[in-house]
Formats: sequence, structure tokens, C-alpha cells
Amino acid sequence: MQHIISVLVENKPRVLARVASLFARRGYNIESLAVGPTQDPKISRITLVVNGNEDILEQITKQLYKLIEVIKVGDFTNTSYVDRELALIKVNAASAVRGEVAQIVEIFRARIVDVEEKSLTVEVTGTPDKIDALEQLLRKYGIIEMTRTGRIALARGSKSL
Amino acid sequence: MKGAQILIELLKKEGVEVIFGYPGGAVIDIYDVIFETPEIQHVLVRHEQGAAHAADGYARSTGKVGVCMATSGPGATNLVTGLATAYMDSIPIVAITGQVGTPLIGKDSFQEADITGITMPITKHNFLVTRVEDLASVVREAFYIASTGRPGPVVIDIPKDVQQKTAELVLPEKVKIPGYQPTYRGHVKQIALAASAITAAQRPLLYVGGGVISSGASPYLLELAEKADIPVVHTMMGKGAFPESHRLSLGMLGMHGTYWANKAVMHCDLLIAVGARFDDRVTGRIDSFAPHARIIHIDIDPAEIGKNVKADIPIVGDAKMILAELVKRIEPKTNPEWWQEIEGFRSAYHPPYRKKPGKLLPHEVIRKIYEKTHGEDTILVTDVGQHQMWAAQVYRCEKPRTWISSGGLGTMGYGLPASIGVQIGNPGKRVVLVSGDGSIFMKIQELVTAVNYCLPIKIFIMNNSYLGMVRQWQGCLYKGRYSCTRLQNPDLVTLARAFGAEGFAVEKEEDLEPVIEQALRVEGKPALVDCRVAEEENVLPFVPPGKSLEEMILE
Repeated sequence: MQHIISVLVENKPRVLARVASLFARRGYNIESLAVGPTQDPKISRITLVVNGNEDILEQITKQLYKLIEVIKVGDFTNTSYVDRELALIKVNAASAVRGEVAQIVEIFRARIVDVEEKSLTVEVTGTPDKIDALEQLLRKYGIIEMTRTGRIALARGSKSL
Repeated sequence: MKGAQILIELLKKEGVEVIFGYPGGAVIDIYDVIFETPEIQHVLVRHEQGAAHAADGYARSTGKVGVCMATSGPGATNLVTGLATAYMDSIPIVAITGQVGTPLIGKDSFQEADITGITMPITKHNFLVTRVEDLASVVREAFYIASTGRPGPVVIDIPKDVQQKTAELVLPEKVKIPGYQPTYRGHVKQIALAASAITAAQRPLLYVGGGVISSGASPYLLELAEKADIPVVHTMMGKGAFPESHRLSLGMLGMHGTYWANKAVMHCDLLIAVGARFDDRVTGRIDSFAPHARIIHIDIDPAEIGKNVKADIPIVGDAKMILAELVKRIEPKTNPEWWQEIEGFRSAYHPPYRKKPGKLLPHEVIRKIYEKTHGEDTILVTDVGQHQMWAAQVYRCEKPRTWISSGGLGTMGYGLPASIGVQIGNPGKRVVLVSGDGSIFMKIQELVTAVNYCLPIKIFIMNNSYLGMVRQWQGCLYKGRYSCTRLQNPDLVTLARAFGAEGFAVEKEEDLEPVIEQALRVEGKPALVDCRVAEEENVLPFVPPGKSLEEMILE
């Protein structure tokens, strides 16, 4: 089962390496990972998407807590949350198909952020499913390259981690 | 004040009395300060691994934080085995390493190694100090982290320019780390549940490990066991947590545990694990371990709960505080039927005792060493291998911190340098090292250190000309194909004398007692006894790896 785990850590060098190596050592594959600052400059937030059963997740959580610089760990599974991912997709768009591509981008409420004679770069935000769907549709025009940020998430309502 | 001076000032503030170390280019500034610091003794080892093991032995035997020091690059990497040893057994040590200057870091500079990267998975925490202003608080935090919660090793990596730069010495206030707040007090409801489970149990069993020793929980363990008439089995790390001569002690469990201890595990209806972590050497095949028992698991590390077995009643916290609470909440009881069953296990099996004419049997040698040396003021240290298991089986320990041995990592070569740390930390006590002809050569150079510091360590080497434990496995599990386990050793007596120690050898049983006595009389230097024991003796009982504790090889 897929879990989104949010980890609040002290904003110090090597913290990400500690978190990542903990997963690696135990053979847990990380599906996606996103790191960034929070409202408190001393604290960063790492959002991880991992697969595993409850027992494995419990072990991961406990092991994360053993890291001195980890302040808080939360699992969004079975809770109400909003999650988003951002992708940049550079797609072939010669003049013959440019209108078509723009239309698809429109439907997905994505944005064109860079235009060149033969290509477009699309910025899309949403759930991973939405990004997958857009990627699928753009594939036939030829995706030159793309990048995804990995998922980030917050609990719904006023509660926080 | 220079960084190097700040470091030494902080070490003094932490109460450090001794540093085990080895100088080098990247710690030369620190050594320059040590030169004028009579309050701290520096013990010069001959290999940095020895410094880490010595700090570890010092920590295990005294309960204080052990400190070791090494230079950058190879000095630091030589500490690695010692750090991993301490990490696996939850031993508080602080390792100080020099690092190349900050402008040179990451450039493959001379004697550069990324030691904080390398030691990340084998330390409780580590620090790379990049600003001299941070040094004081880092040292404070390092000692705090090493010695609190579940103890463990911490590395402080200090670049050369940080040692040389000056800053004002500001003594850090109370340590406050937002993500590190160990739980000491056990959950009241869980303790109540455990108390009623103990009251209801008919066949309770205490399974105790090294956590009892590091927590100082032994008096409460004794009280609990006696009040509720509970038999006690211990892990190798738990030797000394409960007096082994006590009527309630069943000895060690696990791969080379006693027959009756393993039987008791398989038949108990309540297993009370205290400061133990269900290691594979203890449990055998995990799904058949303690099949009829509910499990109470008391541990300070939440990550140990449910890691290997599912606990019915987990209690996170300090063993001492939890056992103290538990004792208050249980009624005195006896378990006569359970004891009758256990007596049945005891009488069903006696360890094979076959005298071999003209041969010295290793367990007999250890028995004799035990007779001649055990007592209030003796600390037994071992290396790793067959001799370690025989010592664990034969040498009874009555008190915490009198059995010093590498458990989790099983580090051959641990014994001699650890003995040095033990003797330095316990100058008035008798330190006995039981080693093997495999292990001793992994750190033989530290015999120089023991001679240099006039340490009267008694070293007994169970010399069977084999890498004995591997040979045993080859014999039992690999059709007797003794691949690369035959050892050709130099003459140990000559070797001991060349180092400046006293050397003895014994081959016949009748010489054993007088030779041991001679060795015990040696003062002011180590005495090494080469015990030329029967070559192909096995450690029994033996639960082959991956088998259930019921499947012990007994003969």
C-alpha cells in the first residue's frame, strides 16, 4: 500500500542523506521525495511516498524518529489531506499540432511556460494521476524531456503535523 | 581561546579522565593542548581500532562515556570497526576525529576521508564542526546523546582550521535538541497490564539483556524475580544483569544457551523481555520462538518494539524505572509446577563431559580460570569465537559490568584493547581476558600498550590452532570440509616475552593450576598464558542457524 510520509527535520547539512540512507539500508524503495523549507527557517519538511505494509511503515516511522534531527513524522494514509505534484513537460509542437497541444494544456488547466519554434514547455500541477494523464496524452507528440517534483501534502483543516 | 583548547576544556567539564588515542597531522593541535593538560590521561594505543575498543571497554566497565581520538583519513577509518562494535551493543563512546581544513574538504586532500558519511549508519549521531563557535555546544550535545536514552557512539569530526581558529569560550546551557527526547517513564496503563499478566501467568520467564545493565536495573530485576518466583534467562549481553549463581537463574539462552534455558523459553506462557532485542542468535527460527507465550517487551528504544517479534504488552522506557514500578504492583507468588517442569529440563540433560586423556579441554581450562579468579573484584573480558561461548557458559558473573564482550557485531580482536580500557578504568580490579588464537592476532599490537602502561592483565588464550567457531560450523554443517580455518601460530610465550609481557604455556591438565597461579602472581605487566587445548572441541549445545531452539545439537 502506498503511503505519503511527512517528516519535519532540523534544517542542517546531511539530514536528507540520513533519511535517505535509512530507507536504502532497509531496502525500502522511495517512490518520490520532496524537500523544502517551512515557515520556520530552522525546520525543513521532507515528503516521501513509499510502498509497504503497516508493519514496515511502523518500523520506518520508528527508525526515522531515532534520527536525532528528525522532529516529527506523520503518515497521511487514512487521513484527510491535500496533495500536489508539479511537472514540467517539454513536448514537440510544430505549428501543425501546436493548437492541439495548447488545447490539451487548456483542458488540464496547465500552463505553457516556454515556447520555441518546434517545442513547448508545459507546467502542470495536480495529483499524480492528473499528471500521468497529461503525460499520456502528450506522449504522441513526442516528449523531449520532463521532470516531476515529487508529491507534497498537508492535512486538511486547521490541524498540522 | 583556540578550538583545540575549547575542546579540551569541554572534555574536562564533561568529567573525562582518559582519552585513548593516536596522534596525527589533523589532530596535532589538540595533542598540543593535551601536552599541557595533566587532568586528562592520554593512553597511546598502537592502532586506532584499539583506541575505540579501549574506550568501549572503559565505558562498559565503568558506566561512563569512553573517549577516543584519531587523526583524519586512515586514523578515522581505523575507528570504524570499534564504532560499529559500540553501536551494536549500545555503548556510549565519543570519538573525536581530526579532519582536513575546511577549504580542503571534498577535494580528495591528503588524508581526507568523509568520516561523518562513513559512520552515519554505525553511530547514534555524528557531527562535522565547520565553525569554531559551534564547537562547545557540539561537544556538549555529543556527550548528552551518547549517554542518554539508548546509549551509543557519537563522532565529532573537527577540521584542522577549526582547531586553530579562536573564539570565546561560551559554556553551553542545558542541551535542548528538538527531535531528541528519550522516554524514560513507562506508560502507567501498560505497566498495570504487565503486572496483571505476571500475576495471571503460570509459567512466566524473564528474558534479560544488556539494557538491564546500561540502565542499572539489576536490583529491581532481582526484586521482581524473587517476589514473583520467576526464572531468569539472560542473553550474552545480559551476563551479570542477574546473579548467575542465584537459584532463579537458568543461565544463557540462544544458540549456545543452556538446554534448560532454551526449553524454558519454548514452554513458558509469559515472556518478560527486559532490555533485550530478540536477536537471531537468541531466538533461532523466529516464528517458533516462545510459541506458547504472551510477550511483555520493555525497552527504551521504541524501534525495538515489534521489530523482530510482536509484543503483546510493549512498554517503552527505562528498565530501571519500569521494573521499580512493576515490583510495586505485583503480589508475591510462587510457581511450584513451573519449577517442577524446569527441574525436569535440568535433569534431562547434562553437558557432555568426556575427559580426554592427555588433552586439555577448553571448557575445563575456563572452569579452572573461573575457580581461581572469580570474585568481587574480577572483570572478565573475552574476544569472539568458541572461547567466548565457553566463557559465557562456564564463567558465572554475579554483577553488572563484570562481563565485557562484543555481542552484536562479534568483533574478533575486541578483547585485548577492551581489556586495556577496562584496566585503565578499574585500576584496582583484576582484569582477566579469555581469548583465542584467532582473535588475539587481530589486535596483538595492543600488547605493547598494555606493557607500556604496566597493566597486569591476565590473558588466557584457548589455542587450538583453528579458527575454532568456523571450523565447528564446517564440521557440523559443511561435511567437515575445513576450508582455510587451520591456523599456524608462532610461539606465544616467546612472543609475549618479546613484547615485554610474561609468557606461560600449559599443555597438561596437571600443570593447569600451578600455571594459572603463576600468571596471577605477575605484577606490573601483562601475563599471557598459551593454553594448548584439544584442537577439535565443539561448543555445545548448538542450535544451528535458522533452526528452532528445540533443535539443539547436544552431542
